Amino acid sequence: MAASGKDDVFTPWTDSGATPLIRIDQVTKRFGDFTAIDNVSLDIYPQEFFALLGPSGCGKTTLMRMLGGFETPSSGVISIDGQDMSSVPPNKRAVNMMFQSYALFPHLSVWDNIAFGLRRDGLDKDRVAARVEEMLKLVQLSQFAKRKPHQISGGQRQRVALARSLAKAPKLLLLDEPLGALDKKLRQETQFELMDIQEKTGTTFVIVTHDQEEAMTVASRVAVMNHGQLIQVETPEVIYEQPNSIYVADFIGDVNLIEGTVSALGEGAELAWAEGRTPLIGQPGAALTKGQGATFAIRPEKIAISADEPQDRRNRVQGKILDIGYLGNLSTYHVELPEGPVVKCEIGNRSRIERRDFTWEDEVWLSWSDTAGLVLAR
Amino acid sequence: MKRLSAFNVVSLTLGFAFLYIPMLILVIYSFNESKLVTVWAGFSTKWYGELLQNDAMIDAAWVTMKVAFFSSTLATVLGTMAAYVLVRRGRFYGRTVFSGMIYAPLVMPEVITGLSLLLLFIAIGMDRGVLTIVLAHTTFSMCYVSVVVSSRLISFDDSLEEAALDLGASQFEAFRLVTLPIIAPAVISGWLLAFTLSLDDLVIASFAAGPSSTTLPIKIFSSVRLGVSPEINALSTIIIAIVTVGVLTASIVSKRQITRRLQEEAQAG
Repeated sequence: MAASGKDDVFTPWTDSGATPLIRIDQVTKRFGDFTAIDNVSLDIYPQEFFALLGPSGCGKTTLMRMLGGFETPSSGVISIDGQDMSSVPPNKRAVNMMFQSYALFPHLSVWDNIAFGLRRDGLDKDRVAARVEEMLKLVQLSQFAKRKPHQISGGQRQRVALARSLAKAPKLLLLDEPLGALDKKLRQETQFELMDIQEKTGTTFVIVTHDQEEAMTVASRVAVMNHGQLIQVETPEVIYEQPNSIYVADFIGDVNLIEGTVSALGEGAELAWAEGRTPLIGQPGAALTKGQGATFAIRPEKIAISADEPQDRRNRVQGKILDIGYLGNLSTYHVELPEGPVVKCEIGNRSRIERRDFTWEDEVWLSWSDTAGLVLAR
Repeated sequence: MKRLSAFNVVSLTLGFAFLYIPMLILVIYSFNESKLVTVWAGFSTKWYGELLQNDAMIDAAWVTMKVAFFSSTLATVLGTMAAYVLVRRGRFYGRTVFSGMIYAPLVMPEVITGLSLLLLFIAIGMDRGVLTIVLAHTTFSMCYVSVVVSSRLISFDDSLEEAALDLGASQFEAFRLVTLPIIAPAVISGWLLAFTLSLDDLVIASFAAGPSSTTLPIKIFSSVRLGVSPEINALSTIIIAIVTVGVLTASIVSKRQITRRLQEEAQAG
């Protein structure tokens, strides 16, 4: 899916001739008995906006701190731009990091915070000043240059931290939950700002987040992690539409999971899920065999809801509306099937609420196309 | 503001009277005209004048100031370094033992500290003088500095120093340019505390002092044995003033630092 092959689409990971900026080769990191990173290999390409996504404790922060030089791998090699990084300390790497707490120096002004790294490089005064002004302009904070960090708002602090970490024009910028401290609205605005800035500067960004929406919005590729391992590394579209496992399907967005056994395998996979019911048909996931226990995964927004039986679709089930959640832009229906499972489906509210077709306790039909769902090995 | 009950007023008055009446009497008598310490004969500042003529006293005061200045400076450097390593460098082997040991001199009887230092100086053949007093005072006051500084370092955000390293600073630059300026108020109040402790000390100083290096507390103690003179009262009043200023400054500095931090945190939240 990602391999569209068009020249104007940025997909260096499908090009066998492209040289990765970061090469993580069989890296393991142990803290005592605890394995934080378990034999991870990963290539990240120049100008990528790469997201490490996972629940807390999955190892994403450890992996990033190893890129920054704050932790060293127990085994394996990390190279950046072809250079083995094992013995390079953080202050000698062309890598900068934006910390979760922003870590702005409280005793220095916004201006001096941004100039800190440039001065360490021994740049002369004029060049430092020019670069700081440029960065201030980039994050639109020129009028706040004289302020101390505690005299500006949270969103502004976030931008100072970004400007400071970009000032030295690093090859790689690491962002540790960069938007975690902002409220929802500001976070969404800032996501787009981040993407703009990434595009403008052409820097490779690696972002660590537990917020799947954030990862999906900003990233060119997402690595979903769990227990120190990479579960799937793909573009947001593929991660969402073709998750390779129940874990990924469940972690990203909402999904209905129906258990069963594989009854037929062909173009699509058929899953027998209840006695006397026609099997559900979906796209087969990897490593499926006939007769194997599997799970049918279907996204709530891919399910249609109707009063009459839709004859033209093979995937159709009948049930009773248990709950309706009104979210404004869409409504969620919880439909209980006679066999037990409760299926969630989302319908966009294109008309006003007064004209809602269904209500509690209504018998309805749910249906979806043959390719909407996935049959995943358990 | 809350109104205090009669009981609270009485207990507060009693407590403070108990603490400060002796000193108040000393201060009052330092302005006594009469040579007899216990008989009031009118207000005068003549004993302060006499004090200035007393070379032995002035010398002792000078020695005391020198000792206090150098020992508190040395104690601040060592105490800050110890606190930094114990708090900021993670859990290295033997850390618990070290952090216990740095606080032990706080509860050690002064006589024992003094005696052990005396034995050490004799053993290594060091002539007792200003230098030995400085060393002795540094030994016990660096623990206090270390306590004050480490309590500040505990609430210090690790990522500030990591950010400095990340931006290209060396370990030492990160300490000098980021950590030190931020913990400076704690370091200053540690210095003031060490300075005040050194000014007061009689026991340890008398073990470590030599014939040419009498500090003020030693001088006062030995002259009182020959009878209290109004001159001593005047001198004591001056010392009380200096100590008061020192302690007040230290507590104001650290209090301002705490309120500023709370303000910053409130704004950050």
